[in-house]
Formats: sequence, C-alpha cells, structure tokens
Amino acid sequence: MPLTMPLPEPAILSRRDEIVARLREILPPAHVIADETARRAYECDALAMYRALPLVVALPETVAEVSAIMALAAELNVKIVPRGAGTSLSGGALPLEDGILLGMAKFNRILEVDFENRCARVQPGVQNLAITRAVEHAGFYYAPDPSSQIACTIGGNVGENAGGVHCLKYGLTTNNILGLEIVLMGGEVLRLGGKHLDSEMYDLLGLMTGSEGLLGVVTEVTVRLLQKPLTARGLLLPFPSVEAGARCVGAIIARGIIPGGLEMMDQATIGAVESFQPCGYPLNAGAIVIVELDGTPAEVDHLVAVVEGIARAEGAMETRVSQSEAERLRFWAGRKNAFPAVSCIGPDYLCMDGTIPRRRLPDVLTRMDRLAKACGLRVANVFHAGDGNLHPLILYDASKDGDIERAEQLGADILRLCVEVGGVLTGEHGVGVEKRDLMGEMFDETDLSQQQRVKCAFDPQHRLNPGKVFPTLHRCAELGAMHVQSGKLPFPNLPRF
Amino acid sequence: MTPSPRDETDVRDAIRDALAAETPLAIRGHGSKAGLGRAAAPAQILSLAALSGVTLYEPEELVLTARAGTPLREIVALLDAHRQQLAFEPMDHALLLGGARDDATIGGVVAVNASGPRRIKAGAARDHLLGFRCVTGRGEIVKSGGRVMKNVTGYDLSKLVAGSYGTLAVLTETTFKVLPQAETEQTLLLSGLGEEKGLAALRKASGSPYEVSSLAFDPRENIAALRLEGPEISVVKRRDDLVALLAPLGAAAQTLEAESSRAFWMRLRDGEPVAAGEGVVWRISLAPSDGFTFVESLRRNGAPLLAHVYDWAGGLVWLRLEAAPDAHAGAIRAVVDRLGGHATLIRADEATRATVDVFHPQPAALAALTRRVKDAFDPLHILERGRMRADF
Ligand SMILES: Cc1cc2nc3c(=O)[nH]c(=O)nc-3n(C[C@H](O)[C@H](O)[C@H](O)COP(=O)(O)OP(=O)(O)OC[C@H]3O[C@@H](n4cnc5c(N)ncnc54)[C@H](O)[C@@H]3O)c2cc1C
Ligand SMILES: Cc1cc2nc3c(=O)[nH]c(=O)nc-3n(C[C@H](O)[C@H](O)[C@H](O)COP(=O)(O)OP(=O)(O)OC[C@H]3O[C@@H](n4cnc5c(N)ncnc54)[C@H](O)[C@@H]3O)c2cc1C
Repeated sequence: MPLTMPLPEPAILSRRDEIVARLREILPPAHVIADETARRAYECDALAMYRALPLVVALPETVAEVSAIMALAAELNVKIVPRGAGTSLSGGALPLEDGILLGMAKFNRILEVDFENRCARVQPGVQNLAITRAVEHAGFYYAPDPSSQIACTIGGNVGENAGGVHCLKYGLTTNNILGLEIVLMGGEVLRLGGKHLDSEMYDLLGLMTGSEGLLGVVTEVTVRLLQKPLTARGLLLPFPSVEAGARCVGAIIARGIIPGGLEMMDQATIGAVESFQPCGYPLNAGAIVIVELDGTPAEVDHLVAVVEGIARAEGAMETRVSQSEAERLRFWAGRKNAFPAVSCIGPDYLCMDGTIPRRRLPDVLTRMDRLAKACGLRVANVFHAGDGNLHPLILYDASKDGDIERAEQLGADILRLCVEVGGVLTGEHGVGVEKRDLMGEMFDETDLSQQQRVKCAFDPQHRLNPGKVFPTLHRCAELGAMHVQSGKLPFPNLPRF
Repeated sequence: MTPSPRDETDVRDAIRDALAAETPLAIRGHGSKAGLGRAAAPAQILSLAALSGVTLYEPEELVLTARAGTPLREIVALLDAHRQQLAFEPMDHALLLGGARDDATIGGVVAVNASGPRRIKAGAARDHLLGFRCVTGRGEIVKSGGRVMKNVTGYDLSKLVAGSYGTLAVLTETTFKVLPQAETEQTLLLSGLGEEKGLAALRKASGSPYEVSSLAFDPRENIAALRLEGPEISVVKRRDDLVALLAPLGAAAQTLEAESSRAFWMRLRDGEPVAAGEGVVWRISLAPSDGFTFVESLRRNGAPLLAHVYDWAGGLVWLRLEAAPDAHAGAIRAVVDRLGGHATLIRADEATRATVDVFHPQPAALAALTRRVKDAFDPLHILERGRMRADF
C-alpha cells in the first residue's frame, strides 16, 4: 500500500511567511505555531507510520476565529486539516505540508448541561470522558466510550463516528448527538439540529458524523446524556475455542438479549494481557467472552442466569459472575488494557478495524490465521463480538527490513477478507489515509463519485482535509457533468453547478 | 403510462427516460399519501410496488434486507414470527390522512424517516438503516453502507436519504438493523395532573434510571402515560419504582397491561388524538421542556387550537387548528424559531400546501447548502420536484 498524498503546492510553500503573518492578524501570535520544533509535535496522529510537517499550526479559541481562518484559507487557496487530540488510528488528522493544521484543543469548555432535556452543549476539544465526569454526580453519562476516551475529543469522535464497548446497546456517536455547529470552508457558520430530535430537510447532522473532517469544522456539539443504569454486572466466560465463544455470542443475541457490552479476546491477547497486568484470566482458554448486563437489579439478575445457562450449553469452561463493582471492573481491566498489553509482546503493532457478519467469525479467524502464517507475522485478536467489529493487531518489528510493508500487506488482505464475507473496511476508526486505497474493494467508481459529489457540495475546491478517504481526487466540475443523451442536455434552462 | 419497474435496472431506465424526456417523476410506494407534502406540479408517477420482497433476513444477526416496494406489513409480520421488530415503530398515517390502514412500503418509511413514540429511546428510521441501494436523479445505480452493525466506511449516506422524501434518489433496496421485541410491556397512567405538571412529571421520569421507553401527555383526558418494556419481572419493578418516584405529585395511578398498553401507543403513534375532525394538522419537534411553553404561547396569541397531544416527553407536539389561509404557519413558526426546533405541516388542503412551506424554512446559508446537496444527487431536479422546497 504505497501511500501517496497530494503533492505539496510549491506556490503555497513559498508563501508560508505571508500565510503565517495573515494568521497572526486573526489569532493572538502565540496561537500561531510556525517554529519547526513546535510544529513537529503535530506531524502525525496515532497512526505514527505516516508523518508530515504541517505548514503552520493554528490554535483558534473562538468560532469567529475559526470562521476567519476558513475565510482566509479560501482567499489564499490554502488547505486545512482539522485536528482534535490526534488519536486517530487511520491517519485522519495527518497534516499536509502545504496545509494549515487547525488544532481545536482550545475549544475545551462545557458550555451548558441541561438535565431536564438530558443533553449538554460542549466545545469540540472537550475530552470524551470529561463529559461523563461533568454529569455523573447527577447520575448521568455520555454513552459512546472509545477505549481512547481519556484522550480523544468529542470533535474527533464526531469526525470518526467513534464507538466503544457500549455501542452494541447504546449506539455510536451518530446515535448520541443532537446538534452541531459547523464552519464551512469559506467561513459560513451553520447550526444543525439542536436540543430537539430529527432534522427537517436533509439530515446533515447525520452526514457530518463520520465524515472525517472533510466537510466542515465542528465548533460545538450537543450530546445526549443517558441515566446511569441502576446496576451493571459482568460475566467472564472462558471457552476452549474462538468458535465456541462465537457460538455463545450468537446464542445470547438470538435469545433476544442485547447486553451493554459483549467482547471477546483470543488466546494470544489473553496471554499478552496476563503478562502485562494480571487480572485473573484463565491462560488455558482459547477465547474469553466478557458480557456486561445492565439495568435494574431484578432484570440484571434474571438475565445473568439466562446468559450463564446459554454459556454452559455452548461449552463454557466456567462462568464467573461479578459479585461487586470492583470485580466487574477487574473483568474489564484486561480488555481495556489489551492494546498496550499487546504492544509488550511485539515491538510494534498495526491495529486493523473491520466489521463482518457475526456468524462468519470462526471462518474469518481461521483464514486470517492462515494469511498471517503465510507472511510470517503474528496476529492477536480482540473484538467487539456483539457487533462483529474486529480489531486484529498485527505484530511486527519496524526495525526489521520489510516488516512494515508485510504488516500493511497483511492488514489489507484481512480487510479484503472482511469485505468478501459481507463486511466492511472499517467499523469505527475511519478510512483516513490508512484504508483510502482500499475503498475500491467496497465501492465501485459510481458509488465513490456520488460520495465525492457530496464533498463538492460542502467544499468545491477540495481544500478541507484532502487526500483522506478517497483514493482519487476528482475535480468537482468533472463530477458535476451530466450524462448526455442523444447529444442534448435535458432541461437546458436549469442552472448547473 | 406509469412505469412499474420490476428491478433496479428498470428503475434506472425509467429515470434515464424521464431525464431524456424532461419529465419530472413522483415516486410512489403505495401512493396512499399522494396528495401530501408541498402541492407540487403534476409529474409522471414511478411506482415501486412491483419492486417487492424480503431478500435477506438473518434473525441471529439482527439484519433484514428488503426491496423498497415491500409492504411494511409484510416485514412486520415476518419479524413478528421471530419476536423481532423495527424498533423505531413506523407510524401508520391512515387515521390522519385517510386511506387504507397498513399501506406503507418500506421505501416510503425510510423516505420520511418515520418513527413513533419509542423514538426517544430507540431512534428513528435513520438510526436503523444500515445500508441501501438506489438510483440517483442522474440515473446512476449507487450503493452505500452495508449490512453490518458498525460501519464508518465512507460518508453515511443512509442518514441523507432517510427523510429526503424521494428528492435525492429512488431507493431500490434497504437494509435494517432489527431488534428483539420486549418480553412484555406496561403503561403507567397518571391522571389529573394538568398539562404543565404532567409534562414536568414526564421529564422527571425520563431523567430517572427506570428506562421509560415512551412518555406522552394527552390533554383530552388529562393523563400522563409512561411505557415500560422488558422482562416481566423488571417491568413490574420499574413500574412500582416510578409510582414511588412520582407519588409526591399526588396523581391517581393506573396500569395498562400489555395488550392495552400496545394499543394505547399505537393510537398515539398514528396521530389518533388529533386526527378526527376538521382543520390543519402540524407536527412540531422541540426540546422536551419547550413543549408546554410552545403550546402556551400559541394559546396566548389566540391561535384556534382544536386538539393537541404531546409525545417524546414533550419534545413532539401534534396540533390540530382551525383552517386558515396560511395554516397558522406564521404564528407557529415564530414561536418555534424562538425556542429552536422545527414544524411540519402534515395535513392541509392543496391550495394551502401550494403557498405555505410544508417543511420548516431554513436560514439562507443552510438552505444554500441543502440545495447543493440536492444538486449533487439530482442536478436536473427530476425527482419529486417541488415536494420539499419550491426551488427544487
Ligand atoms: C489506544 C487507542 C484506542 C482507541 N480506541 C477506540 C475505540 O474503542 N473506538 C473508536 O471508535 N476509536 C478508538 N480509537 C481511535 C480514536 O481515538 C477515535 O477515532 C477518536 O474519535 C479520535 O478523536 P481525536 O480527538 O483524537 O481526533 P483526531 O485524531 O484529532 O481527528 C480524527 C478525525 O476527526 C477530524 N476532526 C477532529 N476534530 C474535528 C473538528 N473539530 N471538526 C471537524 N473535524 C475534526 C480530523 O480531521 C480527523 O479526520 C482509539 C485510538 C487509540 C489511540
Ligand atoms: C408531508 C408528509 C409528512 C409525513 N410525515 C411523516 C412523519 O413525520 N412520520 C411518519 O412516520 N410518516 C410520515 N408521513 C407518512 C409516510 O408517507 C407514510 O407513513 C409511509 O411511510 C409512506 O409509505 P408509502 O409507501 O405509501 O409512500 P408514498 O406515500 O408512496 O411516498 C411517500 C414519500 O416517500 C417517497 N418514496 C416512496 N418510496 C420511495 C423510494 N423507494 N425511494 C425514494 N423515495 C420514496 C415518495 O417520493 C414520497 O415523498 C408523511 C407523509 C407526508 C407526505
């Protein structure tokens, strides 16, 4: 997967000083980072294998400043890359050498908490977990909980439509936000949604969510708040094999139960977790399924008994049910530490993110294993089993010649396999630059052109985060062209864009 | 002649023919609501009724795919047999708009982003649409999304087509997330609280941990209604807890058991409290705490209110008012604009719908963007011209 980004425009590079100076007319000078050493801090996101030094970093603090920066970019024909906390695993916030990196970290205030309407208005740079921290005293929380939640921002969550272990039952970011304020390329400020449900006309709020910073800059988010369930209990279910674990997952759902969390780890991950920070997972298990059931105590007790029964019938080696909050958290501790733990068993890893129809799990894992063996690499698996979202961690050693390339190749093969069995290239991390060149596996040219036409409606010059998501950039004029029949264009009097 | 495509290629050909002949198309599922939306110029009808059938249903995967013209009742019956459901409760408009009961197609349900009382907990059609195939106004076959629960590959065009009233593309196939039906349900009815206190009680309950899945207030009978769904043991317990939580209000409490509970919410879903009788009907979405303020402002301004009901804990208001040349759009929208939200004219005669914006007007910059999105799918405005906006 040799990655090519759009070539930096020499005309822009040569005007760097002017661009910096113009930005300093908009922002306090200290909020414009031009110094090379300071810019280095922004040269990559969590997909660290790709790096680029941004032309300049701008750190706006107000919507008016964002709007002015966008207008300036339009005037000077400069590109912009929005960035939250930079935890994107798909390179979504990878800077451009001829682009302004728009860091949203100063947008870090919670503007309003409205318990009556069960929502909060927050700035995009607020960390995901900070929202829950601000409302938990009243028994509320913000449901989407990516593992990166102490670091990642709500703006980045909107960009990537982030999810977490709760999203099987409580939905992704898209199901948990009510409103956005966005600034378009050109500087117009728009409000989408609010404290009410559903938009009229087109659901641009839904479209913005997961658009990977390509359509507009998010300057405010209205999130839904949920009440904390009265109780939550965990079940730790070791199985002799991944197949048996997968059957148990299917059986739970077939019984009509949607758990608050339903996760699985394979033997490689269990081993890694136990040597990183032991939390009592049985090392002889081929797979561990963790189930969390939440709700009223009576309901949870009832469901715990049902799930235990299902697990036994599917061949669980034992069934552990949490008897205290501390024990429930201990069950989760290993799962939550899976990524750092795996990085201790191999010097580097590449975290893939594909979704498959759940029942294809055993088949996909077997074939994945075969692919890995064929190129001499190891794969550890943790997955959001309830919704078929896989995170194969490909272990490699960046200091070994050719290892990176082999890891990338294996990653691409795994994602192709996901698509082949009816799944998708990415379940929650986004396409970014990482999976950009694989988009053709899922979509044909017409599908991709239609998506790019949507981009053109927001950003006709392709100046907002270009080079991400789409394998080839088409000019909007060319995408706007109509199919001409018998040499004549229908409705000649209608304006075309 | 009305083209009745039998497959996706037929749909594409019909649209290409329409483009060549410069004939705008109106898309019909079952056509039961043909006279609604903005009163638009007559157009050739493209009927999707022949494009019918469930093509994939995997109960254990919680996924179902159906061709766009599939009758909703067929899908509901199939899901029922497996104790599953479309959790967003698409409404039946026959009570409100006339026509036969149970006559919607799944494409129409998506096209209007249908949802019922459970919207506040379970989401609307937009939240359950995993993917789709369609033919755009350019005459191109396009797919988006997939059939799996989690997918962020490319833009989420499902959100765009849900609620687009056929103005962007003709859906040919839709894939949904389906969910288990609750084991049982009960509805707690609190009577005698009055509108303001009743609505406050709903908000209090919706902020409680008892997982109330629907909350409505019906002023005709002065009752607040709270629906609880789940395993029997849990429903009973949560009902008791709710009664205790709301006891200080001093209302008389009564419980509707499963069957009456279901019937109650179905009537509300279908707009029964405002349906009967003359007048124009509006549907307003706002912040729950603004529901009562909104109705009070209208009353204070002397609007001739005939009937109203609150759903979504006060966040959805259905209104019936005496007919008027502008259907009271000015008065209603002035209040909604002050509070934040949107108002849709659901029922009015054709002359009114030709002059009044049926959908809530947008600020200029948003309207311009909306128009560019429309043009991205249908630059020649061949689909449902004039149905949502006078300018497209
Ligand atoms: C250890 C680890 C675990 C993770 N676990 C999960 C997980 O469980 N689930 C999950 O979904 N993700 C996970 N992620 C991925 C990542 O945390 C999420 O994608 C997160 O949403 C990114 O947020 P961020 O603030 O870091 O955004 P960034 O990485 O800075 O940006 C992400 C994208 O959003 C855009 N963007 C950021 N802010 C704005 C804005 N204000 N306006 C417009 N566009 C904007 C950027 O241009 C970019 O395309 C994990 C990452 C790590 C490193
Ligand atoms: C102005 C108006 C407001 C409404 N508001 C609501 C509401 O808020 N909630 C609710 O639940 N119901 C609403 N409805 C009712 C809704 O139309 C019906 O519930 C039902 O879903 C329509 O099914 P049908 O097959 O009869 O569609 P039709 O009446 O035939 O068509 C309804 C709309 O859907 C479009 N459509 C139909 N099939 C397709 C397709 N395959 N691809 C693309 N577009 C298609 C049509 O162009 C048309 O705009 C509303 C209807 C109208 C006209």
